[in-house]
Amino acid sequence: MRHLLPLPVALPLLGAALLVATGRRLPRIAVEIAGFVVSGGTAALTLVLLLDSAPTMTEWVGAWPPAGRESVGILVVGDGPALGMATLASLLTLAALAYSWRYFDAPPHGHTGAFTALMLVFQGAMCGFALAGDLFNAFVFFELMSVVAYALTGYRIDEAKAVQGALTFGIVNSLGAYALLLGIALLYARTGELAMARIGHGLDATGPGGPDALVLASFVLVLTGLLVKAAAVPFHFWLPDAHAVAPTPVCMLLSGVMVELGAYGVWRVYGTVFAGPGGIPAADLTRALVALGALTAVTGAVMCWYQRHIKRLLAYSTVAHTGLFLVGLGVLTPEADGGVALYLLGHAGVKAALFACAGALLDRFGSVDEHSLHGRGRPLRATGVMCAVGALGLAGLPPFGTALGKAVTEEAVGGPLTVVYVAASAITAGAVLRVTARVFLGLGPRPRDAEYETSGSDEEPETTGLLSRIPDTMTTVPAVLLAAALAVGVVPGFGTLVARSVARAGPGGAHAAAHWTAHGVLLGVASAVLAVALAGLAVIRPDWTSAPGWAAPLRRLQSGHVGDYVAWLLVGTTVLGALALPGVLGS
Amino acid sequence: MHVLPYLVAAYLFLTGCYGLATSRNLIHAVGCLAVCQSATYVLLLAVGYRDGGTAPVFSDIRPGSRPVVDPVVQALTLTDIVVGATVTALLLALVLQIAKRHGTVDPDELRELRG
Repeated sequence: MRHLLPLPVALPLLGAALLVATGRRLPRIAVEIAGFVVSGGTAALTLVLLLDSAPTMTEWVGAWPPAGRESVGILVVGDGPALGMATLASLLTLAALAYSWRYFDAPPHGHTGAFTALMLVFQGAMCGFALAGDLFNAFVFFELMSVVAYALTGYRIDEAKAVQGALTFGIVNSLGAYALLLGIALLYARTGELAMARIGHGLDATGPGGPDALVLASFVLVLTGLLVKAAAVPFHFWLPDAHAVAPTPVCMLLSGVMVELGAYGVWRVYGTVFAGPGGIPAADLTRALVALGALTAVTGAVMCWYQRHIKRLLAYSTVAHTGLFLVGLGVLTPEADGGVALYLLGHAGVKAALFACAGALLDRFGSVDEHSLHGRGRPLRATGVMCAVGALGLAGLPPFGTALGKAVTEEAVGGPLTVVYVAASAITAGAVLRVTARVFLGLGPRPRDAEYETSGSDEEPETTGLLSRIPDTMTTVPAVLLAAALAVGVVPGFGTLVARSVARAGPGGAHAAAHWTAHGVLLGVASAVLAVALAGLAVIRPDWTSAPGWAAPLRRLQSGHVGDYVAWLLVGTTVLGALALPGVLGS
Repeated sequence: MHVLPYLVAAYLFLTGCYGLATSRNLIHAVGCLAVCQSATYVLLLAVGYRDGGTAPVFSDIRPGSRPVVDPVVQALTLTDIVVGATVTALLLALVLQIAKRHGTVDPDELRELRG
């Protein structure tokens, strides 16, 4: 079975190459079916491998096992979390391809299949990043994933905003990737190894007295790259710009799984490389991740609330939720890791479904502006219902998978941070419910326009002209995604299965379980009630909830200027170094 | 160990970042990104350097007869260059489209996405 491990990477790449080579001679329907077959086949393969992932499978690609102590081969690791992320990425790609069935205008002559091929490369790259067992291949797949994402974000090259968002995305993410590579080079300089587990052993062997400046520098650089991908504050500025302009099926993948892969990378790299005595002490990682994560959750939630551009609003909610994931990963307990894994699965379904609903609005009305769409969504009953259900899922209303994951994480994190979890999920869900009430029910007066914002009206629809009715694929896909998010919380034993598989892959190898508790259910219901209350208040009294003066400086930081974002990236790197410094000084 | 190559790598990375942050032209910004990337080439090659080492090609020297520089980092650098070429080409294509759609390549004038 382990010999099949490289296939989830190779199959989509091969499929993409074939589509690019033959696409121009094939009719469009054949190209789209081929995309389905390759993507679905890969998803099935990852699922089969996932069911067989205990004990952990490892494979040296091309039969290059380590000779003695030296290893130069490419290592692929298939444990529960790695194959779980690969499966999630594959299933979401399949969903996005189904959603985009006959979606775009007839592609330019000679480029049939380009979109499908790019989606397949994206799928392969995400699988590769999830499965990579050595840092350099993690970097290569990180860059491949990024480059395809830039191309997909700017896919509609005639759209002024799309190319601008794609360029910002490209510059900031590539800079992050180079920081990651600098960190990898420093680790190689110290240990002479690239496989993650071997670097970890090497650090412990060469630095028994604790970490030194070189280890700290490599830690900060590697984490900078991964946190740029995970869109932690202050590395997050690219995300709203990219997600607001990318085609909707691409947004489903970007928000549902690519950003979360950054958080997964942080978990994987810390656990295998830096967790030993020669690495970074646990207290320092906790300080860094909990501080940045909480800041990210709060910033994301506040910015989410004040958006009127619906896709941008959803993008900020992704920022807030990644913050919550980072806080959960930061406390370094197997229970919290399992909780974050469940939360992430539920969030992927809910967020992709919400983006799918926003896409339906865009293609029906040519606008994703909450103000100008006021009351116009009434005919789209199914989309409206799914939007409301998705918002409740985002708030963590039991029995959604998000609620189970959030409850388990909250319990493991404990203390005042529970407030951050409840508030961030309630505010983001409240914003989505507010949009639903205004757009699909036409409740409340039409709000006034603010001065410093991206409106989201006058957008080009992604389909051939405006749709007169929403096609079945565009309502079925979000419904299936919401059902999947529900299933994560409802299917008996699934939570414990995920928690156990994550704990087994973690450093401690401990046992963990995930159950519904009265405490967790109450907090979940409280978030949902708070979200409904916030949305109700916003709809009835728009003046009370419009942007106050104190939020203006925060909004002004999102200036749309790529140079500012690069400067913030450097600030973030410095902050990360300062947060991790005490452990190095103390040793 | 020679410190100079490491200082050069750090200098290149920070210079590139400074250029990116203060850039008034997107083509210049993409160039600055390439400067940042060249810091990774310098660092990788510096890591693999051995005193008195020669190129790791064993056609005319016997393995083990004299030190060679680390071939792994050279392979990594080559991969890195390929990655860099792809990124630069794609970003320049995007700049071209920005110039066509917005009529400017000055990031100060591209302020549509904000708030």
